[in-house]
Amino acid sequence: MTLLDLVIFLPLAAFLLILFLPKEHVEGIRRFSLVASLAIFVASLGLIGPYWFGNPGKLAFETDLPWINSPAIRYHVAIDGISLWLVLLTTLLTPLCVLVSWKSVQKRAKEFFAFLLLLEFGLIGVFCAFDLFLFFVFWEVSLVPMYFLIGVWGHERRIYAAVKFFVYTMAGSMLMLVGITYLYNQAGTFDYAKIMAGLQNGSIAPTYQEQLLLFLAFFIAFAIKVPLFPLHTWLPDAHVEAPTAGSVMLASVMLKMGTYGLLRFCVPMFPVAARNCSGWIVTLAIIGIIYGALVAMVQPNMKKLVAYSSVSHLGFVVLGIFSFTQQGFDGAVYQMLNHGVSTGALFIMVGFLYERRHSLEIDAYGGVATPTPRLATAFMITMLASIGLPMLNNFVGEFLVLQGTALVNFKWAVFAAIGVILSACYMLWLYQRVFFGKASAEVSALKDLDLREYAICVPLIILMVWMGTFTQSFIPSISTSTAVILGPVDAKRDVHVHNGLPAALRAQRSLSLAKEQVDAR
Amino acid sequence: MLLWLIPIFPLLGFLLNGLFGRKLPKSMINLFAIGSVALSFAWVVKTLVGLGPLETKYIEHYFTWIQSGPLQINVDFAVDRLTAVMLMVVTGVGLLIHIYSVGYMAEEDGYYRFFSYLNLFMFFMLVLVLAQNFLVLFVGWEGVGLCSYLLIGYYFLEQYATTAGNKAFIVNRIGDFGFSLAMFLIFRQFGSLDFTKVFDAAKNMPSETTYGTLTIICLLLLLGATGKSAQIPLYVWLPDAMAGPTPVSALIHAATMVTAGVYMTARSAAFFMHAPIAMDWVAIIGLATAFVAATIGLAQTDIKKVFAYSTVSQLGYMFVGLGVGAFSAGVFHLMTHAFFKALLFLGAGAVIHGLHGEQDLRQMGGLFKHMRITAITLLCASFAISGFPFTSGFFSKDAILVAAYEHAPWMYWVGVLTAGMTAFYVFRAWFMAFTGEYRGHAHPHESPLVMTGPLMLLAGLSLVGGFINIPHWLEPMFPEKPENQMLAWISAGVGVAGILLAYLFYVAQRGLADSFAKAMNGFYTLVYNKYYIDELYNAVVVRPLVAISRTVLWRGVDAGLIDGTVNGVGTRSRGIGSILRLLQSGNIRTYAAWVVLGSIVVLIAIGFAGGSK
Repeated sequence: MTLLDLVIFLPLAAFLLILFLPKEHVEGIRRFSLVASLAIFVASLGLIGPYWFGNPGKLAFETDLPWINSPAIRYHVAIDGISLWLVLLTTLLTPLCVLVSWKSVQKRAKEFFAFLLLLEFGLIGVFCAFDLFLFFVFWEVSLVPMYFLIGVWGHERRIYAAVKFFVYTMAGSMLMLVGITYLYNQAGTFDYAKIMAGLQNGSIAPTYQEQLLLFLAFFIAFAIKVPLFPLHTWLPDAHVEAPTAGSVMLASVMLKMGTYGLLRFCVPMFPVAARNCSGWIVTLAIIGIIYGALVAMVQPNMKKLVAYSSVSHLGFVVLGIFSFTQQGFDGAVYQMLNHGVSTGALFIMVGFLYERRHSLEIDAYGGVATPTPRLATAFMITMLASIGLPMLNNFVGEFLVLQGTALVNFKWAVFAAIGVILSACYMLWLYQRVFFGKASAEVSALKDLDLREYAICVPLIILMVWMGTFTQSFIPSISTSTAVILGPVDAKRDVHVHNGLPAALRAQRSLSLAKEQVDAR
Repeated sequence: MLLWLIPIFPLLGFLLNGLFGRKLPKSMINLFAIGSVALSFAWVVKTLVGLGPLETKYIEHYFTWIQSGPLQINVDFAVDRLTAVMLMVVTGVGLLIHIYSVGYMAEEDGYYRFFSYLNLFMFFMLVLVLAQNFLVLFVGWEGVGLCSYLLIGYYFLEQYATTAGNKAFIVNRIGDFGFSLAMFLIFRQFGSLDFTKVFDAAKNMPSETTYGTLTIICLLLLLGATGKSAQIPLYVWLPDAMAGPTPVSALIHAATMVTAGVYMTARSAAFFMHAPIAMDWVAIIGLATAFVAATIGLAQTDIKKVFAYSTVSQLGYMFVGLGVGAFSAGVFHLMTHAFFKALLFLGAGAVIHGLHGEQDLRQMGGLFKHMRITAITLLCASFAISGFPFTSGFFSKDAILVAAYEHAPWMYWVGVLTAGMTAFYVFRAWFMAFTGEYRGHAHPHESPLVMTGPLMLLAGLSLVGGFINIPHWLEPMFPEKPENQMLAWISAGVGVAGILLAYLFYVAQRGLADSFAKAMNGFYTLVYNKYYIDELYNAVVVRPLVAISRTVLWRGVDAGLIDGTVNGVGTRSRGIGSILRLLQSGNIRTYAAWVVLGSIVVLIAIGFAGGSK
C-alpha cells in the first residue's frame, strides 16, 4: 500500500463515512468534509517527494494488483510528473470547494458534500490509472457526482444542463469504451504499459485503418471533454447552471481529463494517426481559441463568459499537444494546471458576487470596487493571470505552447496569438463593467470578503505568482515525463519534415537522440 | 554588484503600500514610496560608479526561469552603456516625479493606491532596462503596460478613465502580439533569446536586401514598438491616456514607459542593421508620426492633449533617428525629452493644480503673475523642446536631423517643418496660459515647494542636459554620426520662427489665430478632430468585431448551427431528463445504489465483450 493508494481511497472512505452521518448535523458534515479533504491534500503533498528530491522521469508510487481475473482488469495505479500535479490540483481544489459551499449550500448539504468527495475520488483515479479499464471506471465514476451536483444544486435550467452534460460525455465515453474493448481483443490486456510496449515492439500491430479508427474513438471522447470546438456547447450551459463548487471542479479539473487523455493515451498509442490528423485538430484548436474569445466577449452572463474563455484557453492546451514539441507538451501540461488555478479562482469569485447580489448578469453590477476593494483586488490579480500577464502563471504556459507551435508552423502561432489579444478584450471589459464606475444603491450595500473567503482566495493567488515566477518548481518534473511521451512520437516524424526543421528544433532532436543513446547504455 | 536590488526596492515599496497602505498615515506612505525610489537611485549611482567606464557588458545571473528542451530562459540582469543611460533617466526623473506627486496628490482619495502603482511601475521599468534576454524584457514590457492601465484608470468612478485604460491595454496588446511573434522567430532562428547570444549571431549574418527572417523579426519588433511608443498606426491610446493623474502622464506617458519601444529598438540594433528594409520602415513610420501628431497638436485646446500629441511627435523623432541608423541620437533625444517633457507635464500639472482641475487653455491666461516659478520653468521646457540654441533639445534633435539628412534630404526637411510646428504649438500653449488676461473663474495660486522643487531641477536639466554627450558615451556600441553645423542652425532657425509666429498669433495680434482658423476651416476641423482616426478604427474594427461575434458567432453558429444540429439529441435528452428526474429522490442510498448498479452493468457488458474472444 503506497501513499498514492491512500490518496486515492481516502476520498472514497470519507464519502462512505459521510453517508453514515445524520443529515441534520449539517455543521458537523461540513466540518468533517473540510477536515477530510484537507487531510487528503496534506497527504497528497507527500507525492511531490520523489520529484523534488529524487529521481523523476519514472513512474512513482506504483501499485499493480489483479482486480478481476477475466477479463484481466488490474488495479494498476502510479503517477508521473504529469499526473502528480493534476492530482495535487484536485486535492487542493476540493477543500477550497468545501469552503466555497460552506454557506451557499443549505439544501441537502449531506449529499452535496458526499458527492464532492466522490467526485474527488473519481478524478484522482482518472489521473493515476495505468490500466485502460480502470481508467474508464474512474472516468465514469467522476461523471455521476458531477451530474447530480449540476442537476440537484444548480440554477433554474439545471436539469437541461445536467442532461446535456451527461449525454455529451456519455456519447464520447461509449466510443472510448468501444476503443478500449477493441484494443483488449487485440492485446489481451488492459494494462497501459503492456499495450504501449506491444504497440512499440510490434507484437500488437493494428493496421493503419484500425489505428486511425481507434485514435478517433479515443479522440472524440476526449475532445468532447476538453471541449474542443465544435463539441463545446454543453460547457456554457453546464457552467451557468452548476453551483459554484460544481463549476470550479468542472472547469479546473474535469476538463483536464480530456486533455490528459489526449496526452496520455491518444497521442502515444497512435502516434502516426495523431500526426496525420494533427492539421485538422490544430485547425479546430485555433478556431476554438479565437472563436471562444470572441463569443466570450459578447456574453451578458459572467459565468458564460468565463465558460467560453475556457474554450479558448483549452484550445491552447490542444494546440500545444498537437505541436509535438517539447515546449508544446510542457506548455500544454502547465496550461492545464494554470487554467485550473486561475479559472477556478474566477468561478469562485463570480460565485462570491452571486452570493451577494443574486445575479450572474453583468448589467446587475457596476462599481463593485467601491464597496468591496479586497474582492476587486483579488479579482484583478486573477484576471491578469487569466490574460497571461508575465510573472503570473498563464503566461508561462501560453509562451511555451506558442513557442513550441512556432517551431513547427509559424502561421499557426500567428493565428493562435490573436487569442492573447482577444483575452484582454473580454476580460478587461468584464472587469470594467462589474467593478468600475459609480455603485448603485444595491451594489453599495455589498460586503467585502470575509475571513473564510480570504482563506479561499489567498492560496490561489499565491499559487498564481509562484507558478508564474518560480516555474522551475514544476516544469522539470513535467518535462521529464512529457519527454518520455514525446520520444516515440518524435521518432515517427517524417524524415522529410525533419530536414526542413528550424535550427532550434534540430537541436532538440539531437538532444533527445543523444539522451536515448545514454539511456540505452 | 547586486543589480537585483535596483528593481527590488520599488517592489518592496509597492508591497508595503499595497498591502498596508490603507491603514498607514501619509507620512509613512511617502516614506515607503519615495524612500524606495531614492534607494534605487542611490544604488544605480553606486553601481555605475563602481562599474566605471563599462567597456564591456556587466552581467549577473540569478536563476533559471523556464527550461523546456533546448529552450532555456534565465533571469539575468545586465548593465552596459545604453542601460546606464536608461537607469539614470528612469530612477532620476522617476524620483523627482515621486516627490512632486506628494504635493499634487495630497487631496486625492486612494493616496496609497496611487503610490503603490507608481512603485510597481518603477519595478517593471527597471526590469525592462536591466533585462539580458527578450523574455525578461517582455516581463517589464507587459508590466509597465499593466501599471499604465491601472494608473490611467485611477479615477475608476469615471467611465472615460477606465475606457481609456482598457484602450491603452488592448492597443498595447496588439503591439505585444508583434513582439511575442518576433521572440518566437528569434528563438526559432537562433535557438536562444539571450541578448549576447542572438546579437553575436546576428552580427555574422549578411545584410538582408529582401524580406528574410531578420527583416520579418525586425518588422514584428517594430509593431511592438509602435504599440508601446505610440507610433502610427497604434498611437491612438496615448492621447486618451491623459485621463490619468498628471504625474502619471509625466512619468509613464512621457518620460519613461513610452520610450521603451525606442530602447528596445536600440537594444536590437544588431538585428536592424542587417535588415535595411525594416530600418526604412522605422524611419518612415517615425517621420509620419512626428509630422501627423504635430499637426494635431496645433489645434488642441486641452493643455494635456497638446503635450500628449507633442509626445507622440517627439517619439516619432526618436524613431527617425533609429531608422536612419543614428541609434545614439535616438537615445540622446530620449534622455533630453525625458527632462523637458516631464517638466512640461509637471508644469501643466502645477497649472491644473493651481486652477483646481481646469485643463482648458481657453479658460486660462495671465497666469504668469500668479505662478511665476511654474511659468518660468515651463518656459525653459518650451525653449528646450523647440530646439532653441544650446538648450538640451537643440543638441539631440539636431543630431537626429543631421543624420536624417545624410540618409535622405527630404526626411530632414520634413523634420525641420515639424520642428517649426512643434515650437509653434508649445509656445501657443504657453502664451495662452500665461499671458494676457485671466479668462477662467478659479483662484489661481502657485504650488508648494514639494512641487516647484522638481520643476526647477528639471528646468535646469532641460537647459543644460544637452551638454551630457550621450552619442560620445554610446560610441563603442553605435557608430557616431557626422556633424553638420549648417543644418543644425537651419532647424534651430525654423524653431525660432515657430516661436515668433506663436507670439504673433497669440500675443501681438490676438484675433489673427481665429481668423486664420476660419480661413482654413476644413483643415482646422480635420486636425481638431484628430483626423477622425478613432472614429475610423471604431467603425472598421471594433464595432464589426462585436457585432459579428454577437449575431453571427454566438447567436448564429453556437446557439443556431451547433446546438441546432444536435437538436435531435437534445430533444430526446430532454425526454430522458424527465425520466431521470424521478431518480432524484433525495435519498443518498438510492443514488449510491444507482452508481453501483451502473458500474455493474458496464462490468457485465465488458465481461461479455471480453468473453467473446
